[in-house]
Amino acid sequence: MAVALAPKTESSFRAITVLKDLVSRPSGAIGLSLVLFHVVLALISPYIIPFDFKLQNSALMLSAPDNIHWLGADHLGRDVFSRTLMGGREALLVTGVATPLAVIWGGFTGILFGLVGGRLDEVLMRVVDAFLSLPWILKMLVLIVTFGSGVEVLIPTLAFFYGIPVIRIARAATHDVIARDFVWAAKARGHSRISIIWRELLPNVLDTLMVEGAMRWSWMLLAFSSLSFLGFGVSPPTPDWGLMISDARGFMSFAPWGVIGPVIALSSLIIGINLTADALAKALGIDRAQKAPM
Amino acid sequence: MLFMLIRRVFLGLVTVCLVSLIIFAGVEILPGDACTQYLGEYQADDELLAQCRKDLDLNRPAIDRFSEWAGGAVTGDLGLAVDGKTEISKIVGDRLKNSLLLALCAMGVGVPLALFLGVITGLWRDRLPDLFVSTLAIFAMTIPEFVSATLLILIFSIWLGWLPGIVLTSASAPASEFFPEILLPVIVLSLVMCAHIMRMVRSSVIEVMASDYVQMATLKGVAYWQMVFRHALPNALLPAINVVALTIAWLLGGVVVIEVVFNYPGLGRLMIDSISDRDLPVVQSIALIVASVYVCVNLAADLLTMIANPKLRTMYTRN
Repeated sequence: MAVALAPKTESSFRAITVLKDLVSRPSGAIGLSLVLFHVVLALISPYIIPFDFKLQNSALMLSAPDNIHWLGADHLGRDVFSRTLMGGREALLVTGVATPLAVIWGGFTGILFGLVGGRLDEVLMRVVDAFLSLPWILKMLVLIVTFGSGVEVLIPTLAFFYGIPVIRIARAATHDVIARDFVWAAKARGHSRISIIWRELLPNVLDTLMVEGAMRWSWMLLAFSSLSFLGFGVSPPTPDWGLMISDARGFMSFAPWGVIGPVIALSSLIIGINLTADALAKALGIDRAQKAPM
Repeated sequence: MLFMLIRRVFLGLVTVCLVSLIIFAGVEILPGDACTQYLGEYQADDELLAQCRKDLDLNRPAIDRFSEWAGGAVTGDLGLAVDGKTEISKIVGDRLKNSLLLALCAMGVGVPLALFLGVITGLWRDRLPDLFVSTLAIFAMTIPEFVSATLLILIFSIWLGWLPGIVLTSASAPASEFFPEILLPVIVLSLVMCAHIMRMVRSSVIEVMASDYVQMATLKGVAYWQMVFRHALPNALLPAINVVALTIAWLLGGVVVIEVVFNYPGLGRLMIDSISDRDLPVVQSIALIVASVYVCVNLAADLLTMIANPKLRTMYTRN
């Protein structure tokens, strides 16, 4: 029992150290505050918005910012400030649920295949390669065009496709630890595969998976808002930053204030996540290789 | 070495075949087809649908259609679009040419700039120019492309009126007619890719500069710039090859958003349109092209890295 308990107390202690390290870095402190700000805003925005986000007022159409409507009104006369405050809820809900799902399924599959190895692993990696060689938007659109773009479609779709690169990362990380003595010892003791994954591999791969998860989150958010910008995401009248930018773009030459609010909101959230991911990687001692989001 | 090369080419072919199978199966298994899309989901009665499927040759078993299409694709004949009239190689060819043009321009601007900035910031780590450029790079990388594109249009074409904010040239126009409309999309793309490559180069320069052999060279009294150019950079720039390869693949397949924002007639917009229309043959062909590009550039990058770095050669054959 003592053996089983020891790593647990250590890991909860380590979580605090890592968090302290994270907050002590300027990028971590700024990033985490931005992310927390957006999460809190998403939770409380329905209660604090000054105007109904659906209310259309033709007298206000494309009106400039003033004392009452701080960011002006959009092409349907809706208050842009209220819509900007509400615009991140759907995105945070979808990506907030889909990211852990992606990391869990991708991470578990990757560790399992890294452990099993052999022919099966070889075949799986070809399938993973095939999925990775396709542009993300092609894969996602094929599903979205068929099943619609509701939350119940977007969450599993994003979780599935964004879990695939995680398989690769988790597999590589597993290969790094699998030849170590403690894994051999566990095998020699006759532990089951599940037990080896849970007790020996997962604790060693977890750091990499957490950093990867933070990165996936920001890319998923990018994908989500790009989809709604293209008209394949959130359906109106639900406010969403991507959709708002896309709507306001057409009137940009005489009503540029329509794009400013959502542009700042969306950018600050994504930058916040990235800064946090960066600081997290440094706090955990992982050198985060920069790759293009495919 | 030769064995490894053959193996890699073979694995690449397997990947490309898998891609076309996945796409075909994906579009085939999902409910609805080109006819339900074409006739509209509500008005179409069964008789019309049956007639349409017969016309479009959708009645035959999926395996037959796939093998026929795959057989043609191997010889370069991509077949006809789902309307049964237009030749796919014509539509896709024009779009591919435009995407290539965009990619080449973006690379021509982005890659040299990225290498230059990456080396400079790596050598001057944590000094003012580095902090400035690195911070800018984080912004360029993280801000969604449609956001930066929108902002640039707002600034350069609406407020300043310097550059056209939208592409009006038709898809089949010769490359020269895309200037100056292509400039803004090129700027946005090069910003994004430059940021990615630059960060990679920077960390690799920092790593190499801290290595033993660079210290050794310094201790031996090699002049600073000579040490940088002869000892550090050849090794530091190796990892950049792979990132550049990934970027090329991304430029040819993933710039859908940019193409939509600027109304650029490239492969990406064709892809969205044909997915919306359930035009399976066109979707297939695009997927095939993009996947082949991905496989080829990655293979080329790995080979280049190997040729340039003798250390890796033995490592690869051992694995």
